[in-house]
Amino acid sequence: MRKWISLLFATVLTATVAVACASSNDTAAGGGGGTSTLDTVLSRGSLICGVNGQLPGFSFVNNEGEYSGMDADYCRAIAAALFDDPSKVEFRNLSAQERFTALAAGEIDVLIRNTTWTINRDTALGLEFGPTTFFDGQGMLVAKASGVTAISGLGGKSICVQSGTTTEQNLTDKFRKLNIPFTPVVFDDEDALYSAFAQGRCQAATSDRSQLTARRQSLPNPDNYLVLEEVISKEPLGPAVRNNDSKWADAVKWIVYSTFQAEELGIEQDNLTQFASSTDPEVKRLLGQEGTLGTDMGLPNDFAARVIKHVGNYGEIYQRNIGEPFALERGLNSLWTDGGLIYAPPFR
Amino acid sequence: MDEQKIPLWRDDRFIKLAVQVLLVVAVVVVIAILANNVSVNFRRLGLNFGFSFLNNPASFGIGDTAIPYSPTDAFGKALLVGLINTLRVIVVGIILATLLGIVVGVARLSENWLVRQIATVYVEIFRNTPLLLQLFLIYTAGFLQLPPIEQALQLPGSTILSNQGLYLIWPIGSLRTGLSLAVLIGGATLGIVLWQRRLRVMELEGASGNGYQKALIGIGIVSLLALLLGLEWRTPQFENGTVTGGLHLSAEFGALLFGLVLYTAAFIAEAVRAGIQSVSQGQWEASRALGLHSSLAMRLVVFPQALRVMIPPLTSEFLNLAKNSSLAAGIAYSDFFQIAFTINNQTGRVLEVVLLIMITYLTINLLISLGMNWFNQRVQLKER
Repeated sequence: MRKWISLLFATVLTATVAVACASSNDTAAGGGGGTSTLDTVLSRGSLICGVNGQLPGFSFVNNEGEYSGMDADYCRAIAAALFDDPSKVEFRNLSAQERFTALAAGEIDVLIRNTTWTINRDTALGLEFGPTTFFDGQGMLVAKASGVTAISGLGGKSICVQSGTTTEQNLTDKFRKLNIPFTPVVFDDEDALYSAFAQGRCQAATSDRSQLTARRQSLPNPDNYLVLEEVISKEPLGPAVRNNDSKWADAVKWIVYSTFQAEELGIEQDNLTQFASSTDPEVKRLLGQEGTLGTDMGLPNDFAARVIKHVGNYGEIYQRNIGEPFALERGLNSLWTDGGLIYAPPFR
Repeated sequence: MDEQKIPLWRDDRFIKLAVQVLLVVAVVVVIAILANNVSVNFRRLGLNFGFSFLNNPASFGIGDTAIPYSPTDAFGKALLVGLINTLRVIVVGIILATLLGIVVGVARLSENWLVRQIATVYVEIFRNTPLLLQLFLIYTAGFLQLPPIEQALQLPGSTILSNQGLYLIWPIGSLRTGLSLAVLIGGATLGIVLWQRRLRVMELEGASGNGYQKALIGIGIVSLLALLLGLEWRTPQFENGTVTGGLHLSAEFGALLFGLVLYTAAFIAEAVRAGIQSVSQGQWEASRALGLHSSLAMRLVVFPQALRVMIPPLTSEFLNLAKNSSLAAGIAYSDFFQIAFTINNQTGRVLEVVLLIMITYLTINLLISLGMNWFNQRVQLKER
């Protein structure tokens, strides 16, 4: 019998060693370069884009049953740049709680879900952020009838907030600083949050001000509610990808920048054909008629032209999704030349 | 006698062992591949494994807190708050679901047509619709329809009811309250012991048990005094739209509790019905022949026997209730699951947090199983 047992041990040991050897080989292969998400997306022929799906203005399903909004348009911009076809996007709705896990697990290629860029997310969470596409700030939505006109009037009240967001933490920080008590009511789902708020479960709902403005319009009686003037945080929203994949991060980054640059140069969806014959070297470089800016990073050389053709420049994206439907002024989201923060590094 | 040796591949002992060895190897290989996968991916993302992040400040608020908690406390403390919230729902939920389940289960077999039909409709509706849907309905169409806090209902006993929840009169946590509570618990324990001893003395020795009776009355008076005067009752104060003091049971807690109890009770009712029906008809007839009324026959003869059959399915319903409590996040109740995922979201410690969640729910459920198995052994027939 002892012989059998020793045989068993020997086998297990051999198997373990074999696995250990195999895994160290894997590490050498996988840990080094590996394949970039860019190659994966190109070979798949479509982009999997993680979005909110419940937020008017950023990403939601409109009356025609199509995803619309600024975030959705940036997903389309990436698809347009890679495939010359903005419909080559698979949208995945993600809750605030799910989003980072979905990205880390490779379920999605890029996360464009009104996600705030913070140092913690950029480093500890293993993400890489692209350029900010919307500079936002956190605000408070209250019922006019409550008579609350400032955050200091919310002492002891219940405040609806979404879990897993920066707003949840900012809210706590702000009220701690003001030293007033409050009760957070933390929802996982945005629709559930605003329906509970409309039913009076909370005296205030807090989120990014753009979101509150958009959501206010879909409440039963929008005129009964107002967004407080106070802004309690900085919320730079933009796309995010996985860490340690700079090829893909660069591609996303420069596709976004190309929309900024196009607006700066005045290139729009409608006048793109006129600019195609331009002699301005800056325009020619952006549109891929001169130099190899696109091919240098593994994209088609005319990626920016494709983005403008299918989706438009930053100003057009903004007006279409946020400016017109919600009458929200550009403010910080103006071009740097107009005193805003939208600024692309040189295309050269 | 030169017996020919059996070849190795036909040796029964060898085959049995080889199968086992192969199985062990397969398990080891699978685990090793998984572990390797995790470590490679951790390295690729530049993350490392550890639980020290639980000491960092949480910096998020929690609505329902049974123990004092502030956002400056550590993540570990936040998890503890969540665990207590989960246990609150599970313990109260199991008790209420069992009571309701037994009532409905018995009603399913009632001789009254209307009672039987009502019980059947209840069971079929709650057993055959998704729990999450029921929770949403109970929360938004039930609890949120209560008047807002500004027009809260003021009920007798200083109770305040609004769509923020129920505010009850409750003792504050002071030394005096603690001492009185100790007196109450001690009194109750002593009372039960004395009561049983009194019954035994009366039955076995035919004594009057007067001494025991006096002692019991004395304990009752002391306990009543401790309850009324010892505990420092604090009534909830309602003042321009906010309530301070007292015990706050939030609308979310109420909705989750209601949902879990109604859902689980429907399953328990079926287990109860099956248990009762498994008791042979002869038991009913025998009890009637002894002159027992049908409710007495149920209580004294049939139900104790049915209990033996009911306990194993009942255990799984309790376990289901415990696991279903994690749907709390859907209706904004801060249970362990929700808080753990908030922490995951803030720290990016997916693996650690998921491990913690698994260990916690595993422990809760193993404890429930352990308790129920002990109870099961107690009520089973003793083979003599």
